[in-house]
Amino acid sequence: MTLFMWILQALFIPVVSPLCIGVIKKVKAHLQNRQGASIFQPYRDLWKLFHKDEVISKDASWIFLFAPFIVFAVTVIIGLCIPLFSSFGQSSFFGDMLVIIYTLALATFFLALAGIDVGSAFGGFGSSREMTLSALAEGGFIFSLLTLSLIAGTTNVFGIASHASFLSGQYLIPVLLAFVGFFIVLLAETARFPFDNPATHLELTMIHEAMILEYSGKRLALMEWASSNKLVIFFALGANLFFPVGLASDMHIGALFLGMLLLLCKLLGFSLVIALIESSMAKFRFFRLPDLLLASFIFNAVAIGLIH
Amino acid sequence: MIESIVSQSGFFFLITLFVMGAFGSLFFHRNDTCANVWSSFFAISGSFFGVLFSSLTLLGGQELFFTFGKTPFFILAFSLHIDMLSSFFIFVISLIGLFCSIYGFGYVKHFYGKYSIGALGFLYNILLGSLLLVVTSSNALFFLIAWELMSISSYFLVVYDRNDPKNVKAGSLYLIMTYVGTAFIILAFLLAYKYTASFDFAVLKASAHLIPSSVKDLIFIFAMIGFGTKAGIIPFHIWLPAAHPAAPSHVSAIMSGVMIKTGIYMIIRLFLDVLQPIPLWWGEAVLIIGAVSSLLGVLYAMTEHDIKRLLAYHSIENIGIILLGIGSAMTFYTLGMPTLALLGLIAGLFHTLNHALFKSLLFLGAGSVIDQMHTKNMEEYGGLIKYMPVTAFTFLVGSMAISALPPLNGFFSEWLTYQALFQGINQLSFSLQWIFILATASLAFTGGLALTCFVKAFSAIFLARPRSVEVMHTKESSIPMQISMAVLASLTFIVGFFSSFLTHMFEKIGQSFTIFQTTSSFVSVSSDQHLQSASGFSFVSAPGLFLLFGIVLLCVFLGTRLLRYRKQKIACGNTWDCGTTLSPRMEITATGFARSIVLIFKNVLKPSIQQDVEYHDAESRYIPKSRAVTMRVENMYDIYFYRPLQKMIDGISLKSKVIQGGNVNVYISYIFLALIVALFIVL
Repeated sequence: MTLFMWILQALFIPVVSPLCIGVIKKVKAHLQNRQGASIFQPYRDLWKLFHKDEVISKDASWIFLFAPFIVFAVTVIIGLCIPLFSSFGQSSFFGDMLVIIYTLALATFFLALAGIDVGSAFGGFGSSREMTLSALAEGGFIFSLLTLSLIAGTTNVFGIASHASFLSGQYLIPVLLAFVGFFIVLLAETARFPFDNPATHLELTMIHEAMILEYSGKRLALMEWASSNKLVIFFALGANLFFPVGLASDMHIGALFLGMLLLLCKLLGFSLVIALIESSMAKFRFFRLPDLLLASFIFNAVAIGLIH
Repeated sequence: MIESIVSQSGFFFLITLFVMGAFGSLFFHRNDTCANVWSSFFAISGSFFGVLFSSLTLLGGQELFFTFGKTPFFILAFSLHIDMLSSFFIFVISLIGLFCSIYGFGYVKHFYGKYSIGALGFLYNILLGSLLLVVTSSNALFFLIAWELMSISSYFLVVYDRNDPKNVKAGSLYLIMTYVGTAFIILAFLLAYKYTASFDFAVLKASAHLIPSSVKDLIFIFAMIGFGTKAGIIPFHIWLPAAHPAAPSHVSAIMSGVMIKTGIYMIIRLFLDVLQPIPLWWGEAVLIIGAVSSLLGVLYAMTEHDIKRLLAYHSIENIGIILLGIGSAMTFYTLGMPTLALLGLIAGLFHTLNHALFKSLLFLGAGSVIDQMHTKNMEEYGGLIKYMPVTAFTFLVGSMAISALPPLNGFFSEWLTYQALFQGINQLSFSLQWIFILATASLAFTGGLALTCFVKAFSAIFLARPRSVEVMHTKESSIPMQISMAVLASLTFIVGFFSSFLTHMFEKIGQSFTIFQTTSSFVSVSSDQHLQSASGFSFVSAPGLFLLFGIVLLCVFLGTRLLRYRKQKIACGNTWDCGTTLSPRMEITATGFARSIVLIFKNVLKPSIQQDVEYHDAESRYIPKSRAVTMRVENMYDIYFYRPLQKMIDGISLKSKVIQGGNVNVYISYIFLALIVALFIVL
C-alpha cells in the first residue's frame, strides 16, 4: 500500500503539470480576447516532441546530453518528497525542507550548465540571469519554509502540512507574510511574470527559454515537462504548506480521493492567479528584480520575528 | 600491531618519515627525478601512516600524552597531547596530504630543470610535518615553534615560482600578515602566562579561572586576530587570495584545504576547551565574523576570473561557514544548552573535513588545467571538457560538493550547521535570536551565491567553445594526478553516504572535550542510519537520498529510452548563430556571467569601470583606434584599513626618528635612563 502511495506521488506531478500550463494558457488567451488552444494542447506538444528527431550542437558535451534527465528526475524526486494529497509521512526521511530546496538547486545547476554548454550567446546570458535570480531567491525560499517550520515545530514538509492551525489566531500574520514572500520566490523560480516571460522566444530579456534554446526533440520535451513540473511543485508547496486544508491524514481511499480533488482545485486556483498576474502586469526590468527578492526575504525575516 | 602504531613511537615514526623525506630530497637535490621520487615516496608513506595512525586513534578513542627529550628552559617542553580533536586534525591533514602528495608526484615534473625539486621536496615535507606538530603540541612555546616552521616553509613554497614578481610580492604580503598574526598570538599567550605562570595547555586550562575577565577578553581579541589571520577571516584575509594562487597547485591545496584549518583548530582548542567558561559575546562575535566572512568571501569570489584566486576566496567563505558552527557552539554552551553546543561543534568539524576534501579536489583540478594552459585566467579557457574529461568530471563533482548539493558531502555538514542555527532562532529570546537570523540568512545567501559562482567557474573553464588556441593543445593530466583527483571525488560521495556514521564519530570527538563529557548531541543517529534532531524537528537520511536519486534517475533515463520512436534520428548541427558565424567572443565570459551579481551588490563590492579610447585623430575624436575597458573591484580593505594603518605607522616612525640623533653619548644616556626607569618600576 505504501508502494502504491509512492507510485501515485511519483506520477501525479508529471501527469497533471501539462494541464496546469494548458489552463494558464487558456485563461490568458481568454483575457486577451482570443479563443486559445485546448487545455490539453501541452500534452500533444510533449507527445509530438518525443517523436521528433533531435539536432544537437557539435559544441555540446555530455553535460548538455544528460542535463535534461537530471533536471526531469529532480522534479520527480521532489514530487515524492512533498505532500500532495496526504499529510502522513510516507517519505518522511526525504521531506526535509533543506533537502527539497537544495535538490531543486541541483536541477538549476545542471540547467544553467546546459545553457552555457553549447556556447551560444543566448544560453550564456540566460544561465547568468537564472543563477543570479535563484541565488537571490534562496534566502526568501529558505526563510519562508523556516517560518512554517518554526510554527509547526518540524522542518519536515509532511509535518508542516499536518499542522492545521496556521490560519487562526496568533500565527495568521506571520504565515500571511511568509506566504507573500514564498509567492515572490514561486514567481522567480518558475520563471513567471514579472521575472521572466514564459511565452517569449528570442527576446533579449528571456531567461529560462534562453537556456533551453538549443534543445530539440526528446530532450526539449523533458526540459519543458520538467519546467511545468517545477511550476506544479511550487503550487503544491504553496497550497499544502500554507493552506493545509483537506489533506488525507490516513490511508483511506475516500480521503485520498478527496485530497486529490482538492489539490486539483488548489492548482486550478493558483493557475488562475498566475494567468491573471501575467495578463495584468509587465515584466520588470532585470535590475529591479533583486529588490523584489530582497523584499521577499525581509517579509520572511519579519514573519520569523513575529512568531514569538 | 595496533598498540605499536597508536603510541609515542608511532607518532615519532610518523614525524621521522617526513623529516627523512625532507632531508633526503635535499640530499638528492642535484637529480630532479631522484629528489621527486624520494620526497614523494616519504610524503605519501608518511601521510598514509598518518591516516592509519589517526583513524586507529579515533576509532579506539585513545589519548596520548608524552614529551620528546628535555630542554634547558623550564617553560619550554616538547610535550605533545594527542586527544580526539588532535587525531581528527591529523586525519584531515594526512588524508589531504596523501592525495596532494600523489598528485604532486606527477605535477612537479613540469618544474624539472626550472627550479630545484630538492628544495620543493624539503619544504613540502617540512610543511606536512610541522602541520602535524601544530595540531598536537600542548605547550604554547613548542606550538609557536611548530607554527613558525609551518609559516616559513609555506612562505618559501609560495615564492617557489620566483621568476614571477607577483609571486614574490604575494609571498611578502603573506609573510608580513603571518608575522602580524603570530605577534598577536604571542601576546595572547603571554597575557595568559602572566596569570597562570605556565605555557602548558593543560595547566592553562586548569588555571584559566585565575585570569581576570577583562584580560580574558583581551586574550580572545588577540587570539581571534592571530588565528583568524591564518584562517583567513575578513578583514585579515588579504594575504589569502594572493598567496594561495602563487604556490604550486598541490601546495595550494594543502594550504587552502588544511593549513588555514590550523587557525580553526586553535580557535576550537582555546575557546571551547582551554579558556572555558567564556562570556556570551565571544560566541556572538565568532558568529558575526563567520556570517560576514562567508557572505563577503563568496561575493569576492564572484568578481574573480583568476581560477585559483576564486578558489581562495571560497576558502574564506567556507571558513566562515565553519565559524558559524563553532560560534553557535560557543554561544549555546555559555547559554547553558550543551546539546545544541555539541551540535554546532559537530557541524563545524564536519564542514572542516568536507571543505578539506572538496577544496583540495578543486585546487588539484585547477592545477591540472593551469599545468596544460599555462595561465590562471579563466577567460582564456573554455571547452576543456572535451580535452580533459577526467579533470572536468572531478571538478564538476567538487563544484557540486562545495555548493552543498545533495547527496554529496557538503550538503550534510551545511544541513547540520543549519540545524544548529535554526535551533538558535527557535529557542532563544528575541534579543539573541537576531544574530542567528542574520547567520542563517548569510548561510542561505552564501549557498545560492556559491552555486552561481561554481556554475560560472565550471562553465568558464570546461564548457562552450575554446576561447584561446592553447586549449586545442591540451591533453589530460598524468595518471598520478588523475588518480588523486578521482579518489578525492569519490570520497565526497562516500563521506556523503556515510554522513550519519561520521556525525556519530564527530559526536565522540566532541564528547572528549571536558565541557561535553556527559552531553549527547541534539542531532543523533538513529538505528536505520539517518540523522535526526531531538524533538523530531528534522531528519535526513543519506543512504535513503542516494537510493531515491539513483532509482528515479534510472527510471527517467530508461523510460525515455523506451520512448524511442523507430525512425528517430539524432543529427549533429551547429549552434544556432543568428546567421553570423559564431566566434568564441560571442560566448559568455566569467566576468560577463558574474556582472549582474556584481552590479546588484555594487554597494559592497564597489566595482569600477574605466574606458580608455585612443583616437586616430585626437582633434576630431570620431574614429577610435583602440578601445580598452578595464573593470576592477577595488580592494576596500587595502584602501580603508591597511593603507591608513600603514600611513599611521609611517607617521609614528617618522616622529620617533627624532630621538635617533646618531650621537653615541645620547644613546648611552638613553640606555642609562631606561635602566633607571626599569629599576624604579621593579624596586
